[in-house]
Amino acid sequence: MPADLFAQALNGLAYGVLLFLLSVGLTLIFGMLDVVNLAHGSFYLLGAYAGLSLIAGTGNFWLALLAAPLAVGLIGALIERSCLRPLYRRPPLDQVLLTFGFIYLFEDLVKWIWGGRIRSIPPPDLFSGSTTLFGAIIPSYRLFVIVFGLVMAVLLWLLIERTRLGAVIRAGVFDAEMTGGLGINIHRVFTGVFAFGAALGGLSGVIAGPIQSAYPSMGVTILVPALIVVVVGGLGSLKGSLIGSLVIGQAETFGKAWLPDSSMLIIYVVMAGVMLVRPQGLFGRPLK
Amino acid sequence: MDKVTRRKFLGTVGLAAAGTAVGPWVLRAGAQSGPIKIGVVLPYTGVYAVLGESITQAMELVFARENWTVAGRKIEMIKEDDEMQPPVGIRKTEKLIDSDKVDILTGPVHSGILMGMRDKVHNSKTILIVSNAGADAISRARCSKWIFRASFSNWQPNQPMGGWVAKNVSKDVFLTAPNYQAGKDMMEAFKETFLPAGGKVVGEDYPKLGETDYAPYLTKIRQSGAKAVYCFFSGSDAVNFVKQYDQFGLKQTIKLSGAGFLTEPDVLPAQGKSALGVVTGHFYTPLLDNPTNQKFVKDFREKYAGKMPDGFACQGYDTAEVIVRALKAVNGNTQDKMKLVEVIEKSEFDSPRGRFRFDPKSHNVIQPFIYIREVKEVAGGLNNVPIDRVANVADPGTGCTLPA
Repeated sequence: MPADLFAQALNGLAYGVLLFLLSVGLTLIFGMLDVVNLAHGSFYLLGAYAGLSLIAGTGNFWLALLAAPLAVGLIGALIERSCLRPLYRRPPLDQVLLTFGFIYLFEDLVKWIWGGRIRSIPPPDLFSGSTTLFGAIIPSYRLFVIVFGLVMAVLLWLLIERTRLGAVIRAGVFDAEMTGGLGINIHRVFTGVFAFGAALGGLSGVIAGPIQSAYPSMGVTILVPALIVVVVGGLGSLKGSLIGSLVIGQAETFGKAWLPDSSMLIIYVVMAGVMLVRPQGLFGRPLK
Repeated sequence: MDKVTRRKFLGTVGLAAAGTAVGPWVLRAGAQSGPIKIGVVLPYTGVYAVLGESITQAMELVFARENWTVAGRKIEMIKEDDEMQPPVGIRKTEKLIDSDKVDILTGPVHSGILMGMRDKVHNSKTILIVSNAGADAISRARCSKWIFRASFSNWQPNQPMGGWVAKNVSKDVFLTAPNYQAGKDMMEAFKETFLPAGGKVVGEDYPKLGETDYAPYLTKIRQSGAKAVYCFFSGSDAVNFVKQYDQFGLKQTIKLSGAGFLTEPDVLPAQGKSALGVVTGHFYTPLLDNPTNQKFVKDFREKYAGKMPDGFACQGYDTAEVIVRALKAVNGNTQDKMKLVEVIEKSEFDSPRGRFRFDPKSHNVIQPFIYIREVKEVAGGLNNVPIDRVANVADPGTGCTLPA
């Protein structure tokens, strides 16, 4: 039985790390720009399909893992400059509507370019088999995802906590107007953060591809768990996004394994529980 | 003045009333020479979008063959996206029946939508040719003389598999399917012949429809001691389940089998080598060597950029074929609904799947064969190669009291 537990915990960890990669961009954009970016699912979608084409074209997964997020980041920057910037002073609902519209736009665009069929993204040859770890069998690719995701978490933490750029971002999250007043071009920072968040969304799409395949509605499918993670972890918090993802990953995995009939309920129960005790989320700033 | 006004008023009311009474007759008479409207309720977005696409493409192939004309009247398809959501599907059904006034309705993919639209269709005396949804109840207690099914009942591809798997694969089997009506129907049908053949269900799990991570279930399957898995998944679920099953290394030790939808051509290219060796039961495979099928596969691939037709396409073909033949038989007269029902009931023709006919007891298609197929590498890539078959599989139709 401990072997079962370990195997399921490992499954939950892989799923949680995937959720982290997905939600961290969303939480970053929310924290900095105060925008609930529903189009984040579209960045995930675009990342997966860009990755698909790059792998088909070059045969190199690693190149796709690098180039697809860059492309998606660029699209993110364009969207921020052209569509989102004029809406910052408008009520949040306008931004929600705009980004909601992008979900449909990109879903149709993907169908138009790549067709409606489900496509699979092959894992890199290095991780195509499965590995036995303390009696639990896990696909090697999932082990790679776990390691990759945790390394990303550390790198992001270093970037935000230990660099000058990170200091600017943190200042912007705290008080954008004041940061602008200190002589920092806050508009450029906004564009940069949005593009960076979008690129992270694209990155998670490439990473998820070999596990979950690529299909036009994948962006919408993943949006709900991603939003739940952000709510549980706390809006705008990197640590919250990581812990929230890992908690939801385990809750959902053990829910499926032990209470299959109510597995869909479990993550909502966790979310409701967290919101009752800490409405701002596990690591969010207290509500004003 | 007063009187004149009143008279004028009454006259106007009278005219309006006459107009209202006569209006529908005038319109109907016009409709007889106007286009024949075929309503289509299918998913064009979401998990099962590719199914809707295949069904539509095959229908259009048949109608195009007839130059979109039958008995001198144009055929007009009115397509509605049900988004795989019962409330949406039911709303679209009402729209097609009430405002478009379609002559014949077709669809849906989702069993839940079929059950939801059933009463509306029955009460409005609309002829519905079901082009996918397999909810058993529609051939049983909830059957209707207005409803025909040209696809399958969920029971049909699964019931013969139970005995076959127990005899040829293993008696220790783990069952899994998406958590909705069709999934449960199919597993129950499997058990009908599996348990009497000495089979033992070592575990059962019903993941949600549209699941993306099957890891927890796969870990449970490994630990259950099962020698084989029997499952039903379709669309993106089928791709993710089969791929993850292989990634977790289960394929080598636990034989994977299931309802035919698991490895249809809509998902097979994405599953790739992970699907090799998977055994499924289905009423169709593009490899059938009857002449109708050979022509169908050729025409379909020519029209749709080399795409291999799947069972869903076969269903679309048969749905359209039933419609075209019935309309010819009544010479384009869609007024006499009873007559139309009578001729549809007598439909019999060579379909890509074999000799097509409805069971008069349930209005459900009698499957000429259920083929047991194995995914193998053949010329042109992976395909479902028939390795065995069971003839004349008709739904028991328990509880259906046609004509009703």
